[in-house]
Amino acid sequence: MLKTETYTLNMGPQHPSTHGVLQVVLELDGEQVVEAIPHMGYLHRGIEKLAESRTYVQFIPYTDRLDYVSSMGNNLGYCQTVEKLMGIEIPERAEYLRIIMVELNRIASHLIFMGSLAIDLGASTGMMFGFRDRERILDLFDMACGARMTYSYIRFGGVSADLPPEFIPALQCFLADFPAMLEENHGLLTGNEILYNRLKNNAIISGEKAMKFGLTGPSLRASGIDYDLRKVEPYGIYDRFDFSVPLGQTGDSWDRYLVRMEEMRQSASIIAQAVEQLPEGPVMAKVPKVLKPPVGDVYHSIENPRGELGYYIVSDGSPKPYRIHVRRPSFINLQALNETCQGLLIADVVAVLATLDSLMGEVDC
Amino acid sequence: MLQEFGNVGLLLIVALVFPLLALGTAFLLRPRDPGVEKSLPYECGVDTVGTTWVQFRASYFLYALVFVAFDVETVFLYLWAIKFQELGTFAFVEMFIFLSILLVGLGYAWKKGALEWK
Amino acid sequence: MQEVTGLYVIAEMLRDILGHYLPAQYVDISMSLINIGVIFGIISMTAVVLVYGERKVSAFMQSRSGPNRVGPYGLLQTIADMFKLMSKEDIMPAGADKWMWILAPMILFIPAAAAYAVFPFDNQAVFADLNIGIFYFIAVSSQAVLPFLMAGWASNNKYALIGGMRTVAQMLSYEVPMVLSILGVVMMVGSMRMSDIVAAQQNVWFIVLQPIAFVVYVITATAEINRAPFDLVEGESEIVAGPFTEYTGMRFALFFLAEYANLFAVSAIATTLFLGGWHGPWLPGWVWFFLKVAGMVFLFMWFRWTFPRLRIDQLMALGWKVLLPLALVNVVITGVGMYIYQLLS
Repeated sequence: MLKTETYTLNMGPQHPSTHGVLQVVLELDGEQVVEAIPHMGYLHRGIEKLAESRTYVQFIPYTDRLDYVSSMGNNLGYCQTVEKLMGIEIPERAEYLRIIMVELNRIASHLIFMGSLAIDLGASTGMMFGFRDRERILDLFDMACGARMTYSYIRFGGVSADLPPEFIPALQCFLADFPAMLEENHGLLTGNEILYNRLKNNAIISGEKAMKFGLTGPSLRASGIDYDLRKVEPYGIYDRFDFSVPLGQTGDSWDRYLVRMEEMRQSASIIAQAVEQLPEGPVMAKVPKVLKPPVGDVYHSIENPRGELGYYIVSDGSPKPYRIHVRRPSFINLQALNETCQGLLIADVVAVLATLDSLMGEVDC
Repeated sequence: MLQEFGNVGLLLIVALVFPLLALGTAFLLRPRDPGVEKSLPYECGVDTVGTTWVQFRASYFLYALVFVAFDVETVFLYLWAIKFQELGTFAFVEMFIFLSILLVGLGYAWKKGALEWK
Repeated sequence: MQEVTGLYVIAEMLRDILGHYLPAQYVDISMSLINIGVIFGIISMTAVVLVYGERKVSAFMQSRSGPNRVGPYGLLQTIADMFKLMSKEDIMPAGADKWMWILAPMILFIPAAAAYAVFPFDNQAVFADLNIGIFYFIAVSSQAVLPFLMAGWASNNKYALIGGMRTVAQMLSYEVPMVLSILGVVMMVGSMRMSDIVAAQQNVWFIVLQPIAFVVYVITATAEINRAPFDLVEGESEIVAGPFTEYTGMRFALFFLAEYANLFAVSAIATTLFLGGWHGPWLPGWVWFFLKVAGMVFLFMWFRWTFPRLRIDQLMALGWKVLLPLALVNVVITGVGMYIYQLLS
């Protein structure tokens, strides 16, 4: 065999498939990956530092900009953390509205995952379908809070506004259409031989390894580890719903894809149950205008579409947090990239990036 | 027949002139504003590391060898294919001999792993 | 006597008119030049029409509207794009292999255009009805490997280099099954002349007699013209734009033009070999020809907007382990079938 040289290739930050401004420095031998080192920081805004000079309420919009395709989850995590610190009780209706919004957002986020995976593998129609279906959800959010992307809908003590009267019929209409939408996407992507062969038995992350990397969320469950915070330590009112946690077997890219596709179905079922049980009543608890949490620290985490989103807040008793740290699942999941990609081809790097589903807004906090 | 080939030759010449004309028109229309930054090779917005022209592992050297063997044989097959109807049984028997050589070659390459991407 | 709608009749009329004004020896050459003009007209038109068509087809498949701003129904979009590309600055990457880099797009265009010489657009309307017609097409179209490799190597860009290297692997690998799939048709006709191949399909199209060859041809043709799901050469989500990465303006447009010229070319060959060429009832032959070509082009577009991309090792495995044996089996089946047919009749 002829002696060959390896070479360094910068994939990103301005690359069609690195989802934002991730830079992956690839060490390649021909097409084969020797090393794939993610370099981050191109989207760093210093959100954690900014929090120290903002009041607790002022920080809510910043959480929108962490994982900007599932902002509801970010809002929820932050608000529940502060509520936990202060011991605020939430009205029943607000709890249900939160669940509805967060689960809708999970569907929207997984649709984006599906779309970006599809276009990274060259199937641009899959992307268009994903974004088209997500549009329905954004319309619903628009109805509820007036924003399509950065919602700040979930606030301390509840949600910012009650639903408009046309929301529930529109939501029910969406839920009725959703199985057909999902079926269409399954028909286009899941049933496709090429996609199957691209993903099956490719980039396997074993359960053990996934634990070692600290993966959470669908990427972990695809490796067969049954760990979903909604089940393990039900926050909010998740213990009232009947849903299952889809698990993968081998931990390959195909499982990571299927787990997310199935999660969408489960989320739809949670939303349907929540709509059915939705009580009447206030949507906001009595919360003081200026929040002064007691001195102390608190950690709370929720199951975001990308994994365990945790907030660690240290309070010194003033209206501004002393320190906020966010455990961003995207950031931690991305660590699996290098070891997973070694020995694979360039085309697989793109697939691994897509199935790990890291979002740069969250990686660079 | 020669005239037909002459026509093809004429077409080839025009085919060479056509891109020249297109590029010439563009040459007249386009702006010129050269700069060091913009002529850097594109590598996703980052300066390239190391040289580009390395000893590239092409991974298809064996494919290329198999290709040459097959392509040359196919040239002969075409001549045989034209006369297939006229030659009758002779061509029919010959086909099996010829194709079996091809198939044995393919099988050998397959078994030797020449068809695996490495 | 044919109706006046046939292209050949029009050509004869033109020849008569020219004969009145020019000496006899100049008539032939002026007719050749006119034909060349027509061919380049077709190439330019197909690029314009197919780019627009591609965008509308993809929009239709992705529930979008597609171009709809420039001109009625966005019909002038491609023209606008052409002017845009013409007026773009020409940037050569630093450290590029200058002459190779400049020559690549021009050389790519030559085989793309040369292939048009042998298309039977209508009864007797072939620019050069060579006795080695289909062989000429294969020979000419396989030259496209070189400019891709040149562009990839000369650009001094790693993405381009990977793309160029992929091109060689892909186009070489799919050449063999493609050539073998066409062989079945040549066996049945006993000639490589395009007009003979079309004439042999007067009663029954070869897609009926050679279904395996048709499938193999369509798959390999998709790979030969680097279209999805075999667009590994460009593979935009992996290697940005492959060999085209460093090309701007008109040079990029030439690559683009060649791509669509090739799309038309392989569709025209599919039409000629398997779909009966210009044969068809009621309408003039050339209308049938273009209709069938449009059908094939739509098929290729359908592929592109439905399938994900293959990986390079899967691409190779498909070409060598599936399509090549399939094409060989097809040759054997054709041979045995024809032999039995000859014995019976």
